[in-house]
Amino acid sequence: MQRILSAAVVILFAMIFASIAIGYSEQQALRPLAESYVKLVPHDLGAPNVVSGILLAFRAFDTLGEVTALFMAAVGVGMVLRGPGRAFSSDVGDEAGSPASEIVRTSAQILIPIMSIFAAYIILNGHISAGGGFQGGAIIASATLLFMLARPARPINVAFLSITESIAGVLFVLVGVAGLVFAGRFLDTRFLPVGEFGTLFSAGAIPVLSVLLGVKVGCELSVLVDRFRS
Amino acid sequence: MIASVVLSTGLALMLVGFWGVVTHRNILRIIISLSLIGTGSHILIVAIGFVRGGTAPIIDRALPIAEAPLRAVDPIPSALVVTAIVIGLAVTAVLLAYAIRLYDTKRTLSINSFTESKW
Repeated sequence: MQRILSAAVVILFAMIFASIAIGYSEQQALRPLAESYVKLVPHDLGAPNVVSGILLAFRAFDTLGEVTALFMAAVGVGMVLRGPGRAFSSDVGDEAGSPASEIVRTSAQILIPIMSIFAAYIILNGHISAGGGFQGGAIIASATLLFMLARPARPINVAFLSITESIAGVLFVLVGVAGLVFAGRFLDTRFLPVGEFGTLFSAGAIPVLSVLLGVKVGCELSVLVDRFRS
Repeated sequence: MIASVVLSTGLALMLVGFWGVVTHRNILRIIISLSLIGTGSHILIVAIGFVRGGTAPIIDRALPIAEAPLRAVDPIPSALVVTAIVIGLAVTAVLLAYAIRLYDTKRTLSINSFTESKW
């Protein structure tokens, strides 16, 4: 009975989705808002990557709200997982001490430095090519996760990560305030010189925001992953 | 054409997720299904931003600045999806934390044992 009901619900959804998929036709040209973004980001902000320009300049306030949501998730996970009645933690307590296999440890030794360099590259080139703070931060967190898998018993310095993350967050807001003071709008990146188009030190404050975002997201996700371990 | 294929893939993934949510009893499987719905909707949003004959909205040798408004895909859905992926990860993390706590209280992950808030 319940299965039939579930099937009916999913089939109804499938019918709605099918009508969307059949009725959809590709856009032939950019919509006016998108077109103005594609023109404005390289022209006014000096950033070749339009998506980064939108994320870190035009909609940087949204990005700020989003890292706040990520921070709330990290805090929430910490609150939910802390406290009495953690029978689960005593279950895995013994296993946490057992070392990882030779393959995992060796590949972690090789991969973690490469992943860190790749993350730094992705973060620093966020305004030039595909990439940015979020993506690089996720790679940093993956490196941390690999480290945890390779060394289950070894704790990571959560206090350091939290402080780094807070400092990055405060600096992000301060860059926004600097935009307010020197360029007239909150999180306006044009208070720094735009520089030569397509080089590393260009596009105003976008690379600065990208680095801060990468550090913040990387630390936050690392803390989040560590919460699940302990 | 490409946009339609990707759009259908996203919708199909969402359907798989809906099917998983309504049929599975294990909380972890429900969380995986919710992630599938999220991933499907990300693919859907990116597909909507595709413009015929367009390429990534990054100005370089392949896409000179003069041609950008004619040949770039819509950058706004891409920017929104970057945001949505991170929020999806945060939501999954919170869901998993709740799953761990629920396992602590009842020593099982079957949703049938959590009947207190069922109406």
